[in-house]
Amino acid sequence: MKRILRTPLGATAAALLLAVLALAVVAPLVWTDRANAIDTAQIMHGSSAAHWLGTDALGRDVFLRVLVATGISVWLALLATGLGVLIGLLLGAAPVVLGRRAGRFVTAVVNIAVAFPGLLLALFFAVVFGVGATGALLAIGLAVAPGFARLTQTLVAKVSGLDYVAAARVAGVGRIRLLFRHILPNVAEPLVVNAAIAAGSALLAFAGLSFLGLGVQPPSYDWGRLLGEGLQAIYLRPAAALGPGAAVVIAGLAFHLFGEALAKGFTRHTPPVRVRRAEPVPAVGATNDDAVLVVEDLRVGFPGVTPVRGVSFSVGKGEAVGIVGESGSGKSLTALAVARLIEHPGRVEARQLTFQGRDLRNGNARRHRHLLGTSLAMVFQDPMTSFNPAMRIGRQLAEVAEQHQGSTRKQAWQRAVDRLRAVRIPDPHRRARQYPHEFSGGMRQRAMIGMGLMGKPALIIADEPTTALDVTVQRQVLRLLASIREDDGAALLLISHDIAIVSQVCDRVLVMYAGRIVEDLPADELYTAARHPYTRALLAAVPDMTTDRDRPLAVIPGRPVDAAQAPPGCAYAPRCPLADKRCIDTAPPLRDGDGRRVACWNADVPVPVGEQA
Amino acid sequence: MTELAFEDVTVRFGTRRHATTAVDGVSLTVPHGKIVGLVGESGSGKSTLARAAVGLVPVDSGRIVLNGHPIDPRTHNVQMVFQDPQSALDPRMSIGESVAEAIPRRARNRRARVAEVLDLVDLPVDCGRLYPAQLSGGQRQRVGLARALAGEPEVVIADEITSALDVSIQGTVLNLVRDLQRRMRLSLLFISHDLAVVRYVSDFIAVMYRGRIVEHGPAGQVLTDPQDPYTRELLAAAADPAGQLDLGENGDTTPAHR
Amino acid sequence: MTAIVHTRQWDRPWARFAARRAGRLLVSLWVLVTAAFLMIHLIPGDPVRAALGPTASVRLVEARRAALGLNDPLWLQYLHYLRDLVSGDMHSSMVSGLPVAQVIGDRLPATLELAGYAFVLAGLVAVPLGTGMAVLTRGGRRRPAELAFTSTSAVLAVIPEFLLAVGLVYVFGVQLGWAPVAGRAGFGSYVLPVLSLAVGPAAVLSRIMRVEMLTVLDADHVRTARAKRLPDWLITVRHALPNAFTATITIGGLLLSSMVAGTVLAENVFAWPGLGSTVVQSILAKDYPVVQGIVLVYGLGVLVVNLAVDVLLAVLDPRSTIRES
Repeated sequence: MKRILRTPLGATAAALLLAVLALAVVAPLVWTDRANAIDTAQIMHGSSAAHWLGTDALGRDVFLRVLVATGISVWLALLATGLGVLIGLLLGAAPVVLGRRAGRFVTAVVNIAVAFPGLLLALFFAVVFGVGATGALLAIGLAVAPGFARLTQTLVAKVSGLDYVAAARVAGVGRIRLLFRHILPNVAEPLVVNAAIAAGSALLAFAGLSFLGLGVQPPSYDWGRLLGEGLQAIYLRPAAALGPGAAVVIAGLAFHLFGEALAKGFTRHTPPVRVRRAEPVPAVGATNDDAVLVVEDLRVGFPGVTPVRGVSFSVGKGEAVGIVGESGSGKSLTALAVARLIEHPGRVEARQLTFQGRDLRNGNARRHRHLLGTSLAMVFQDPMTSFNPAMRIGRQLAEVAEQHQGSTRKQAWQRAVDRLRAVRIPDPHRRARQYPHEFSGGMRQRAMIGMGLMGKPALIIADEPTTALDVTVQRQVLRLLASIREDDGAALLLISHDIAIVSQVCDRVLVMYAGRIVEDLPADELYTAARHPYTRALLAAVPDMTTDRDRPLAVIPGRPVDAAQAPPGCAYAPRCPLADKRCIDTAPPLRDGDGRRVACWNADVPVPVGEQA
Repeated sequence: MTELAFEDVTVRFGTRRHATTAVDGVSLTVPHGKIVGLVGESGSGKSTLARAAVGLVPVDSGRIVLNGHPIDPRTHNVQMVFQDPQSALDPRMSIGESVAEAIPRRARNRRARVAEVLDLVDLPVDCGRLYPAQLSGGQRQRVGLARALAGEPEVVIADEITSALDVSIQGTVLNLVRDLQRRMRLSLLFISHDLAVVRYVSDFIAVMYRGRIVEHGPAGQVLTDPQDPYTRELLAAAADPAGQLDLGENGDTTPAHR
Repeated sequence: MTAIVHTRQWDRPWARFAARRAGRLLVSLWVLVTAAFLMIHLIPGDPVRAALGPTASVRLVEARRAALGLNDPLWLQYLHYLRDLVSGDMHSSMVSGLPVAQVIGDRLPATLELAGYAFVLAGLVAVPLGTGMAVLTRGGRRRPAELAFTSTSAVLAVIPEFLLAVGLVYVFGVQLGWAPVAGRAGFGSYVLPVLSLAVGPAAVLSRIMRVEMLTVLDADHVRTARAKRLPDWLITVRHALPNAFTATITIGGLLLSSMVAGTVLAENVFAWPGLGSTVVQSILAKDYPVVQGIVLVYGLGVLVVNLAVDVLLAVLDPRSTIRES
C-alpha cells in the first residue's frame, strides 16, 4: 500500500478517491436542505457568483445539488459493485468447491451470460421492476457479475494448476481450506484491482441509466438525472449540464486510476537504472588473422546489472567452440551480443567485435544486415516458440533468400525445400507447406538449422539447441550440426549447460562463471587437465553413466553468484575450497599458457581431500 | 512392510471420443525400502503415473494398491515432491506453515515436528519463518522433501525434482535423497528423464515409453543387459549424448515423435 | 508436464468446431428468447393494467388481455410466442398499434449505421496507433511518449459516450456551431454521434493493440526474425502484427457488443431516430411488446457479433479450433 501511495499516480488517485468518498458522506448531511430549497425568484438562471452552475426549473442551486448527489451516486455504484463482485466470486470459485461436473455447468452459464452487455440487463430489469433505483441497482450489479466471474475463474484455474495447490491436495488439505488458504490469497490482487475499476464503471453506468430516465426517479436525484435535466437547456445554461458531467467523469476517473495504480503497485517494478561499472580487464587476445569471430572485452549491461563483465575469445575458421556455465553465468547473453541481437535497454560494449574481418561495433544494423543475414546462422533454445506460429515453415525459410539473395518468391521456395531436405526432413515438399505446430520439436530444431543454411554460414551460433529436446532426439540434432560442419566448413559456437555435450561436440571449451570466462581449454583435456577449481568441481558434481553409486556426489557449497552482486575479487571465491585472501580481494586475470587460459590464483593446486569428491 | 503397486493402470484425458491415453496398462511395484527409478522422455506418461498415485489424476482402469489395499486418498500414505521449485510452494505461506499443513491432523506438538523434518533435510530450524522467495532453488526442493516427509508417508514419489536445478546444486539434492532413503528405509519412486541421475539413485529401473513400461528390473540388469530397443537407445544416448561414436545411418531411424 | 501419448485422430476439427459453436449459439438464443418472454410475465401485477393506467376501464383491460393471449396458461402462451416469433410476428405496439416488426424495421438501419461507422472509425484509428506506439515504446524506449499515450488513452477510455456526446454538443454545436446537434439528415449530422461513440472504443482498442504488440515483439519468433536480419518494417508487419490480432479481435468483438449500450445513450443525446431512443420511450410508456422486440434484436446482434469473432479467430489461427476442445 505504501509503495502504491509513493508513486505520483497512486497518490493522486488515492487523494481523488478519498475526496469523492468524503464528499459522498458529508455533502448529503450538510447541504441537503439548501439544495432542495425552492426559490421562485431565481428560476433557470445561468451561472453566477451566487449560483456557480446556475439554478434549475424550480430555482434550486445546481452546484449544491451536484454536491449532494455525490452521496446517492457513489453509494449506488458501490452497492452494485459489491453485489456484482459477490455473485462473481461465488460463480468464479464454484468450480473449485463443487468439483468437476457442476463446475463445468457453472462455467458454461457464465460463458453465455458474459456475452450479453449490461444494458440489455438494465432494459430487462427496468421493465420487470419498473423504472427506478432498485431495477438499476440489480441490473448493474448483475451486469458486473459475469465478467467478474469469468476473471475469477481464469485466475483460479491458473493458480489451481500450480504445483503448490497440487501439493496441498496431496497433503490432505480440504477444498474449502484450499480455496481460502491457497487460491484466493494468490488471486486477490488482480481481483481487487478489477473491483475498483468495476466500481468506476458502475458509477458511469448509473449515470447513464438515470440520464435516460431509467435510473433514480424524482424526487431523488443523482448526477445522471441532473445531467439529463441540464441537457434539455444546454443552449441557454450549459453549466447545468457540464457541471454534473464533470462530476461523473472525475469520480469515474478516481476509481479507475486507483485501480490502475493498485495494479501497477502489485506488479514487481524494475530496479532503478544504474550506471555500469567500467573496470579494466586485462586484454587477452588470442587474435589470429583467419578467425571467423574475434571478441575482446565484451560487456553486456542492463539497467542495474552488468551480466557479462569482460569476455574475450575467438573462433577460428571451421572451429567448434563451446561455452558452458550455469544459469546466470552470462553465456546466452554473450551469444546474443555477438550476434547483435541484444535490444534496448540492454547495452553492448567491446574493445573488439569482429566477424569475418568486419567490425560489428560501429555502424547501424542496416550496414551489416547482408553479411549477418547470409553468414551467421542462429539456433535458439526453444523450438516450440522460435518459429512464427502463423506462417508456413517454407515461407519462413524462403524469406531469407528473398531478402538477402534477391531471389524471386519461387526460387526462394525451391531453395527452402532443398534446405529442408538438407537437414533431413522427410517429404520436404509437403512439410514446407505446414505450420510450425504440425512439426515435432526435433524436426522444428532441424528446420531452424535449415533456416541458417539458406545462406552460406561461416558461423553457427547455437544457444542451448537441445535443452528442450529428449535425449534421443538431441543426438539427431547434434549429429546434424556436426555433419554440416564437416560438409560446409562452418564454425560453431555452442552454448550449453551440459558439459558432456560440449566436450563431445566442440574442439575448445570456454567455462563461464558470473559473467566472465574462468577457463579456456581444449575439449579433450576437459576431463583430464582442467585447472580451475570451478571447472573441476562442476565435472565432479554431475553424475554420468560411470559415476560410483556408492559414494556421495561431489557438492559445490553455496549457490551461483548473481552478476549484480559479483564481489570485487574472484566471483567463485565464496564457494571455493582453495580461496585465500588474494582471491577475495583481487579478481584473477585470464592468463595465457600454451593455448589454454585460466583465471585463478590457485590454478592446478590440488583440492584438499574431503572438501570435494 | 510397505509396498506400492500399480496394477494394469490406464489413464486417459479428454472426452470419450477424443481421448488421449497417457498411461496405458502400466504395472509397476515399488518395494519396501527401495528406490525405483522411472525414466522416460517428456510425454511418456511418467508424471501422469505419479499424479495418479497421489490422487491428482483419476485412474480409468486398473488400480493402485498400497500393501494390498487400494489407496485411500484421505490417508495420504503416498506423498509427492514436485518438479518446479518455483511453483511448488505457496508464495504467501511461510516455509513452516507449508510444512505444518502436511502434518497429519492427529499429530501433537506440530511445531516440534516441523523442526524435526526441516532438520531431516538439513535445513536450519529458523528457516521455517522464511518465505519461498527468500530461498534458493535447492533449498526449496529440500522444503518440498520436508513437506512430503511431514505427512509420515509410506511411499514418496519424486517427480523430476532435480531437473529445474542448476548442475552445481542438483548433486546436493541427490545426495540428500540417497541419504534419507538409507536412514529412514523410505520407499521411493524416483522419476527423471535423465538416465544418469536415475542410475545414480535407483535400486530398480523402469523405462517408460509412450505410456507403457517397456522394461523393468534391477538397476544393474537394466543397465548392462537391456532387452528393449528403446532402452538400448536411451543407454546409448546417455553414454554418448552427442552421438559421435556411431555416425551410421541407424541413428536417424528413430521415429520422429508425434 | 502433461503427458500425451497417442492421439486418436482429430476427425475433421472444423466440423467439430462448427457443431460446438452452433450448439452454444442455439443455447444462447434460447436463453435470450425465453428471457424476453418471461420479461413481461415477471412484471408484478397486471402488465396491461400497468400499461393502460388506473383510469382505463375493466372492459378495455380485459379485451387487451384477451388480444395478447394473457389469459391462456403460461406454457401455451410460451408456445404461441415461439410460434409467432418464428413466423416473424412480434405483436403490435400497445401505444401506437403499429406492428413491432415494422417499428424495428423503421428504426434499425439508423442504429446499425451509427454503430457500424463508429466501429470502423475506432478500428481504423486504433490498429495503426496501437501498433505504432508499441514499436516506438518497446523495451522502455521513449518514456515521455509512452506516458502521454497511456494517460490520454486511459482518460478517454473512461469517459462514457453520453458525457462525451454532451461535451461535443457543447463545443461543436453550441459554442462553434459547426455541426447539428440533433436529428439524422446529411453528412454533418453523423459527425458528432459517430465521434462520441468511436472515441472510447478507439482508446481501449489501441491500448490493447499496443500491449499485445509489445508482448509479440518480445516473443522468441520475433527474435528469430531479427536473427534473419529482416528489415524492421517487415518484422513488424509480417511477423509481429498477425500474431497480435487475436486478443485485439476478441476485445473488438466485446466493444462492438457494448456499443449497443453506447448507441442507446448517444441516440438519446442526439435525438437520433434509431432503436435506442425508441426503446427508452417504450419503457417509459410501458409499451412492452416493443421493448420485448428491441431487446430481442439487440441480443441477436450481440450473438451474431460473438459468432463472427469466434469464426474469424478460428480462420486466422488454425490451432485455436483444436486448442479449445
